[in-house]
Amino acid sequence: MIGLSLKQKINNTIIYAILILTTIFVLYPVVWVITGSFNPGDSLFSTRLIPESLSFRHYIYLFQETNYLLWYKNTLKIAFWNMIFSTLLVVTAAYAFSRFRFPGRRQGLMAMLVLQMFPGFMGMIAIYILLLQMNLLDNHWGLILVYAGGSIPFGAWLVKGYFDGLPRSLEEAAKIDGASHVTIFYKIMMPLSKPILVFIAVTNFIGPWMDFIFARLVLRSGEKKTLAIGLFEMVTGRGNTEFTTFAAGAVLVAVPITILFFLFQDHLVEGLKAGANKG
Amino acid sequence: MNALNKTQNNSPEKVLKTPLTPNSSNKSFFTKPKIAALLSFLFMGLGQIYNKQILKGLSFLALELYLLIFWTVPFQWGMWGLTTLGETTQQRKGFEIIQGDHSIFLLIEGLLFLISFLLFLWFYYLNIRDAYKVAAKREMGIKPNNAKEMFKNMWENGFPYILLTPSVLFTSFLTILPLLFGILIAFTNYSAPNHIPPKHLVDWVGFDTFIQLFQMKTWSTTFYGVFTWTVVWAVLATLTTFFLGLIFAVLINQKGIRFKKFWRSMFILPWAIPQFVSILIFRNIFNGQFGPINRYLMELGIIDQAIPWLSDPLLAKVTLVVVNMWFGFPFWMVLMSGVMTSIDKELYEAADVDGASASQKFWKITMPLIMFSTAPLAIMSFAGNFNNFNIIYLMTQGGPVNTNYSYAGSTDILISWIYKLTLDNNQFAMASVVSILIFVVIATFSIINFRKTRAFKEEDMMS
Repeated sequence: MIGLSLKQKINNTIIYAILILTTIFVLYPVVWVITGSFNPGDSLFSTRLIPESLSFRHYIYLFQETNYLLWYKNTLKIAFWNMIFSTLLVVTAAYAFSRFRFPGRRQGLMAMLVLQMFPGFMGMIAIYILLLQMNLLDNHWGLILVYAGGSIPFGAWLVKGYFDGLPRSLEEAAKIDGASHVTIFYKIMMPLSKPILVFIAVTNFIGPWMDFIFARLVLRSGEKKTLAIGLFEMVTGRGNTEFTTFAAGAVLVAVPITILFFLFQDHLVEGLKAGANKG
Repeated sequence: MNALNKTQNNSPEKVLKTPLTPNSSNKSFFTKPKIAALLSFLFMGLGQIYNKQILKGLSFLALELYLLIFWTVPFQWGMWGLTTLGETTQQRKGFEIIQGDHSIFLLIEGLLFLISFLLFLWFYYLNIRDAYKVAAKREMGIKPNNAKEMFKNMWENGFPYILLTPSVLFTSFLTILPLLFGILIAFTNYSAPNHIPPKHLVDWVGFDTFIQLFQMKTWSTTFYGVFTWTVVWAVLATLTTFFLGLIFAVLINQKGIRFKKFWRSMFILPWAIPQFVSILIFRNIFNGQFGPINRYLMELGIIDQAIPWLSDPLLAKVTLVVVNMWFGFPFWMVLMSGVMTSIDKELYEAADVDGASASQKFWKITMPLIMFSTAPLAIMSFAGNFNNFNIIYLMTQGGPVNTNYSYAGSTDILISWIYKLTLDNNQFAMASVVSILIFVVIATFSIINFRKTRAFKEEDMMS
């Protein structure tokens, strides 16, 4: 710090103070919920930031007495299949829109743009009735279908934008060499567009963990629930007497998702930027 | 010789590019292509058979026959359902219930039939066009494709359609159909208590529900109140997070600040944690009765009564905005840090040579560049906050109760109001009307955004 003027020193001290203070604010809820999950008591009122003694009681309770494990499995299943279906649908559609010129293309792009703008659950009633008629209500596949269908308009625009930015020379060379559409797609487009594919896959994997609206609409019975609904009902249902159990559940959800986020951090930022630039 | 070979083997499109004079022997109105088209117009596939594409023609013929025989009556029934929404009400005879028409099922089924019919019409048009084109080629002496060539041709030229088919199916049934249905509902009286099937029928009422929303006191007070708060919320939520993110990006990137990476990963945490989890955590932290914040403040002797963080109308709104800052700033911070590090260093060096001060450099170089590259995202984020259902519903469920509103609480925004209207109170028609209004707002913003961004200016925008 030699050579800094006094003014600069004061300046830096203030900045450090702000940063440390913010860190405390950022960390407080996180720490609070983690220690909360190890608190011996049950209720919100008796929860202390620094617990008197550590207890794994709530974790054990969570696995033995509640359907938590089942919810976790449900959510994982839905998230996984949604990731697969959405990515496939989005990528095929985006490839068609980006690399081919065909009648109806312009209208298709416009339609996707407009569809994004409607509030997602405007079609809720119709989806409910459709699923009812197809016998897919209270069924995980019904929910997966709804998610995958909803992910197409936004995702396809995004990926199309990315594909547009890739040079065509490679494909043209491959075409001259007699490669088929399928080969070109797998051997050239896929490797080149890995960042955006990761973005689409990860966002579609994370989506079902967060969604509340459709999960609540489609899934009716206790053993079909996803984590979002299960945890929500834990803290709203019975006057917060299950707070510490909720805390334990929340920690177990947040840890893997947070790790996933940090792993793919750069892809996520890039993807969001691309999304904004392409409308 | 060579050219002749080409014409026979290649796909027809390529051939058409070379100007060929059609056989001018037949100058009457009924040229062969026209006859083929007319035949196909009369009945699918006839034109194709006339063109000697027997297999194709027969399958088209079979398709139309099948549809005519098996689907005419259901289609008429579907259209009847769509226009009338049913005529017989459910009735009771003693203890027995005689089922009437279910208007909503009729509406959806009618819509399905209508969409399928439009698809069929499009296919019918393609069939006529195909007959015309093939006949025209035959006149020019080009042999029409046989079945095998046809499939090969379809694979080559129809590849984008094949790619798109799954997406189109998914989108039509899970997005477009439900949306159309949602829009149509706005023009019916589908709402509790008097128009809920299967007990009652639903009718078309035109713009009545729209008029009600604006003119009936109970609805209009709610609408204007909720709408105002939605706009205020969206503006505040976007601005606070945007500028907080900017401030932290600037602070972390200051020269002489160490552990940049550490600060960055600390502050990114709120973004990384699944939002519904952290919202539910905050709901507990700000709990008026048992929450830790009130407890600390009381133990420290700052207050002696619990502060109603989430149960006082005004305070609940403030709490929401503050909590949203916690969620929102990391995104902007990361984004703006990215922009700031990518700014060309030479710009600053040039400014240094000219003797610019630090604040001048910031306001004249950094700020404009940041604003320029984040403006579209800010508009999108405004639209996102406008519909930020999760934070409102999970934090307060729209509460506290507001007695002046119908079916809405003090912190409800439009989207959470719709949720309550549909799922809790069966006011489907009104919910649809409000959704349409939300669409108008969001669409306006998206269009502004779209026009401003690169995508629209590019000449090849739609390419």
